Amino acid sequence: MDLQTFLFWTVAIVTGLSAIAVVVTQNIVRSAAWLLVTLGGTAGVYFLLGADFVGATQLIIYVGGILILVVFGVMLTAQGPFISMKVGAAEWAIAMVVGIVLFVVLATTTMSATWPTTTEARMNNPETSMNSATLAGAFLGLREVTPKARMPIPPGDVPVVPMRTPVAYLLPFEIVSVHLLVVLIGAAYLARAKRRRGTVA
Amino acid sequence: MVDRLSVYLDPNLAQLIVAVVAASVLVGFVALSAVFFIWLERKVSGRIQDRLGPTRVGGKFGWLQTIADGVKLLIKEDTIPASADQVLFRVSVYIAFCGSFLAFLALPFGNNVVALNLNIAVFFILAAMSTEVFGIILAGYGSGSKWSLFGGMREAAQMVSYEVPRAICVIIPVIVAGTMNLTTIGQQQMGGFWNWYLFHDPFTFGAFWVFFTCATASCKRAPFDLAEAESELVAGFHTEFSGLRWSFFFMAEYGSMFAVSGIATLLFLGGWHTGFVGFELSDWLYGVSGGQTWLWVVGNAINVLVFIIKGWFLVFVMIWVRWTLPRLRIDQVMMTCLRYLLPLSCVLLVGVTAWQLAAMQWEWLDYTRFVLGILCLVLLIWMIVKAIQSFGTTPTEMMPGAWRARQPSAPAVAGKF
Amino acid sequence: MTPNPDGALTGYLLLGALLFVCGAVCMAMKRNAIGVLMGVELVLNGANVNFVAFARYNPTFEVEGQIFALFVIVMAAAEAAVALAIVLNFYNNHMTVDVDTAEELKG
Repeated sequence: MDLQTFLFWTVAIVTGLSAIAVVVTQNIVRSAAWLLVTLGGTAGVYFLLGADFVGATQLIIYVGGILILVVFGVMLTAQGPFISMKVGAAEWAIAMVVGIVLFVVLATTTMSATWPTTTEARMNNPETSMNSATLAGAFLGLREVTPKARMPIPPGDVPVVPMRTPVAYLLPFEIVSVHLLVVLIGAAYLARAKRRRGTVA
Repeated sequence: MVDRLSVYLDPNLAQLIVAVVAASVLVGFVALSAVFFIWLERKVSGRIQDRLGPTRVGGKFGWLQTIADGVKLLIKEDTIPASADQVLFRVSVYIAFCGSFLAFLALPFGNNVVALNLNIAVFFILAAMSTEVFGIILAGYGSGSKWSLFGGMREAAQMVSYEVPRAICVIIPVIVAGTMNLTTIGQQQMGGFWNWYLFHDPFTFGAFWVFFTCATASCKRAPFDLAEAESELVAGFHTEFSGLRWSFFFMAEYGSMFAVSGIATLLFLGGWHTGFVGFELSDWLYGVSGGQTWLWVVGNAINVLVFIIKGWFLVFVMIWVRWTLPRLRIDQVMMTCLRYLLPLSCVLLVGVTAWQLAAMQWEWLDYTRFVLGILCLVLLIWMIVKAIQSFGTTPTEMMPGAWRARQPSAPAVAGKF
Repeated sequence: MTPNPDGALTGYLLLGALLFVCGAVCMAMKRNAIGVLMGVELVLNGANVNFVAFARYNPTFEVEGQIFALFVIVMAAAEAAVALAIVLNFYNNHMTVDVDTAEELKG
């Protein structure tokens, strides 16, 4: 087995086992620690798939941002009996059964489908491989795609050559950035320290 | 190098061997640097506090003091508090350690002397160093003590807050360079020292100082080290860690200090270039000698040495600042970030973008770097001359104010400084 | 059932499916509200792994997969912040984060 497969199996097993551990662990802080391993493993999966930028973004935002937020939330609300909340055995059984059935459905669907695959030559050519330069070009409008939608057939009934249209993803990126800013301001306002009025029944 | 080895071996095995060798060299270098920094810290702190520092172990300068410290830490009892979370207490150390060391994968030490030549090297280093925070949080929580928890949460808030102006200050030279590839950024600063991005325009000049401040804060070094101050929280998140575990945290701290110094060197101070020769040393040596490989290796070695010296100098500045400035309170630490450094870095970002656009219109703006470079050189020479001049004078002559007021009552102790 | 000729893509898709299922079970089973939030993060990560795997292996879906994964990551950050704010408010009002006690709108 070559290095790529070996690395994939290592990273996949680590990520999968830690994802299962997130579900199974009763202690909420340990669950967060397993989530760290899962997110780090997912970043490793992205690096294996050649998506460097997405992998680094996963590390900086998910691990260095969202997970810190989750752990701060855990620290602010973890008081003695709430660190480990027990779940009844019946709920465990139902959840496990549903989970396994869902996974089996997804797995059989995945394995029974044939997908077209990119050849290695295409990946090794720096022009067509998906490095960060292509990603940047896609954001800036330097990328051209062939749309799959049906083009209207002209009156002469001549077959239409599929055109290449440029795409730019900068506007959705800006929208998403402003969205994030607005949401974070709103969340900070929602979660501001208010005077405790005691338990409201 | 992988291709050369795969002539002899299976290509996968060759890749694995090269990877293991590169990782070992990096880990060995960082460990060696940590040994040097600990000794340097004790000597520098000693001198600043008017004492000598270690002088006994390993000759007159105490070279082997760090080894003695390491041996002491190794044989210390490994105590784990009873109320500590057993798994998290042990694991948190390694998370902090890995987060700090992962950054060195993409840090070039010379021209293409890098373990992994990533196109997004700077982004990857920032991302890798941001995973260290989680180790701090788990260490603080897992210790099972109030002081550790407070220290850990304060540290985490501080480190996460300072990541924002640090990242903005990293974007500023990236805008000037046009690439995130640290090898390319280093190659662009070839030639005289006025080519360094530090002198490129006033905004990158400011960005260097802001970056250095944010980097010091995010490495939780003084004056931003309230969360591990003895008078406040015993030792913060690493109170309960003793022996080898504590030394791992220490190595992680010194590792990230060198990593941010390395980034500052590459982005602002010209990387591996000496700043005095007008060409790339390794290529010139290779070319002028007619293709001698060993001269190319020598050139690369000189580049690596220059880079390491610059990195070590910046770490020395961090150590110097630690023992000179008083500590900031935790609210002062957060306000420095949010009220001063963050708006300042945003202004610098807008400024450098405007400068780049203006430089396309007015070509004479390119000569700013010569002006700034010469000014800084003159300032540096003046400071060195002043420092040399002050060696022969006593403090009473140098410091006005309080000293002069006491002179009539107490006889001035006249002696060589 | 014809198996996928390229086993690597299937492996990544199965990993994505596993993350998704773990996240879904986590969302359904955890009593701690923050545990539910962790399940949501797992679900989003599973979907992202699928996106990036298809970006790598499918010739027509190239770099758009990575771009969409970036958008999903940013949106997940926004959603985690809001969810956490809600959980903190819930905690302030009820002194607990047990989702089983959130039954004021019941009936």
